[in-house]
Amino acid sequence: MNLSTPAASVPAPRFDAWPLALLAAIALLALPLVGDAANWATLTLAGLAMGLIVFVIASGLTLVFGLMDVLNFGHGVFIALGAFMATTVLGAMGVAGGWAGRESLAANLGAVAAAASAGMLIAGAAGLVFERVLVRPVYGMHLKQILVTTGGMIVGEELIKLAWGPQMVALPLPPALSDVLLLPGEVTLEKFRLLAMLVGLLVFAALLLVLNRTKLGLLIRAGVLDREMVEALGYPVRRLFVGVFAVGAALAGLGGVMWGLYQQTVTPQIGAQVNTLIFIVIIIGGLGSTLGCFVGALAVGLLANYAGFLAPKAALFSHIALMAAVLLWRPQGLYPVGAK
Amino acid sequence: MSHLLELRGVHTHIGDYRILHGVDLAVPRGELTVLLGRNGAGKTTTLRTIMGLWRAAQGEVRFDGAAIHTLDTPAIARLGLAYVPENMGIFGTLSVRENLLLAARGARTLDQIDTARLEWLFGLFPALRKFWLYPAGKLSGGQKQMLAIARAMIEPRRLLLIDEPSKGLAPAIVLNLIEALRELKRADATVLLVEQNFAMARALGDQVAVMDDGRIVHRGAMAELAEDEALQQRLLGLSLGAHQ
Repeated sequence: MNLSTPAASVPAPRFDAWPLALLAAIALLALPLVGDAANWATLTLAGLAMGLIVFVIASGLTLVFGLMDVLNFGHGVFIALGAFMATTVLGAMGVAGGWAGRESLAANLGAVAAAASAGMLIAGAAGLVFERVLVRPVYGMHLKQILVTTGGMIVGEELIKLAWGPQMVALPLPPALSDVLLLPGEVTLEKFRLLAMLVGLLVFAALLLVLNRTKLGLLIRAGVLDREMVEALGYPVRRLFVGVFAVGAALAGLGGVMWGLYQQTVTPQIGAQVNTLIFIVIIIGGLGSTLGCFVGALAVGLLANYAGFLAPKAALFSHIALMAAVLLWRPQGLYPVGAK
Repeated sequence: MSHLLELRGVHTHIGDYRILHGVDLAVPRGELTVLLGRNGAGKTTTLRTIMGLWRAAQGEVRFDGAAIHTLDTPAIARLGLAYVPENMGIFGTLSVRENLLLAARGARTLDQIDTARLEWLFGLFPALRKFWLYPAGKLSGGQKQMLAIARAMIEPRRLLLIDEPSKGLAPAIVLNLIEALRELKRADATVLLVEQNFAMARALGDQVAVMDDGRIVHRGAMAELAEDEALQQRLLGLSLGAHQ
């Protein structure tokens, strides 16, 4: 028997593509406002790069919320840890052996890969401690979760100041990655942004693969919908959650490395600054939805870049306006995960 | 008589509310036991306590002779207990196929599901084949209930706990459900069925226990209760005639 499509099955419903049209609508609406096609294309690519970095940061948070109903306001501390780890690793690699300082693209990519690995490792380890010490005692208590994880964020920031100092630290791009690619039509794209796009797409593809093609992913998706029922089927959701929390923290660490390189400076408050943005992204996407988080992050990235070009002051609240508009259209986000 | 499941003096509290007040219940191996009682009598709480979803504050739950009230829910389920909650617990955005794969703990992929057993389930619930790739949340109430029960049966389980499967279903669907549960009985399954539909309970039950105010107030053979209208009237406030 073919279990994939047994006889007489009613076809699966069509994929809901309307949220994807939102991205196209934002981009097309911006075209006449920007005017120049080359500028518009450059801004679009920059927006997609920014959106994909934000997606990497936020993807873990949306699963953590969806799976265990945990509001983790301390997610930013993993971003900051990743970013500061990048300053250490890239600094060390620049001094010892000149990996980060050379003109060689391969050497520069190696340096960034080492920084990303270190950032993910330290953020993932911090995630395990954070879950065990702060989150586990407050499962099911939203108000306490907000207080405790916000407290964890403040303590984390102070610990980062102890380790790396309170001052802003420069995180220059390795030379080969700060080069600009000249694309047809006088469109420009910084090589680092291309790298950020590739990393974001790779993370998205890996998450989709795990979530949609493996039993582990099926368990995570089911846990997001009805944790209690998954436990009643014999699966220990709490252990699964610890794993998801650590992976989410590691992804935030990776995102922190990318965000730090994107901004080229790192402060202990970098996580807190991004925190608001990523909560907006996961609300726009639908809490617990990876695809929604992806589309939401791209929409925020595009809008931030267009608004930054057209009306810089409006860029400060453009994502909030986007969230309000999306919630008026789809009150549970672009891809609602379903009633819990 | 050999009992697969026994509850001895079980008390369950939810916050400040004391729901169960010393429940004593025995479920014989290979039989279908019906738990009857009015709304709020404690039937659902009893099932949830057995599954470890709510902790027994006092008393013990024994499964095949071993105490299970200290175990967590996944560990209890892995002993071979399957639970169909009152709200069916369907994963709405997952397909019928994915719901069943999830319930088959021994299968990592679809290919590892026992196809003979799946065919048997398709025979009992043809709608599952028809809507195999469809999101379970879009099924009708009856189809969802069938999926919930099929999920509990996708692999052999030692005890099925089913909470009010007929609730909200059309009479024709209830008849289908009764047929499916009869088939389950023929396979010598042990079932604890919570039900308010007395006609369904009478059609299926070997044993019956009646709850009131968090206690078991009557235990015995279903045939005895089905024949004793005065007892029905006293315990349940109904008469069999009204259900014929």
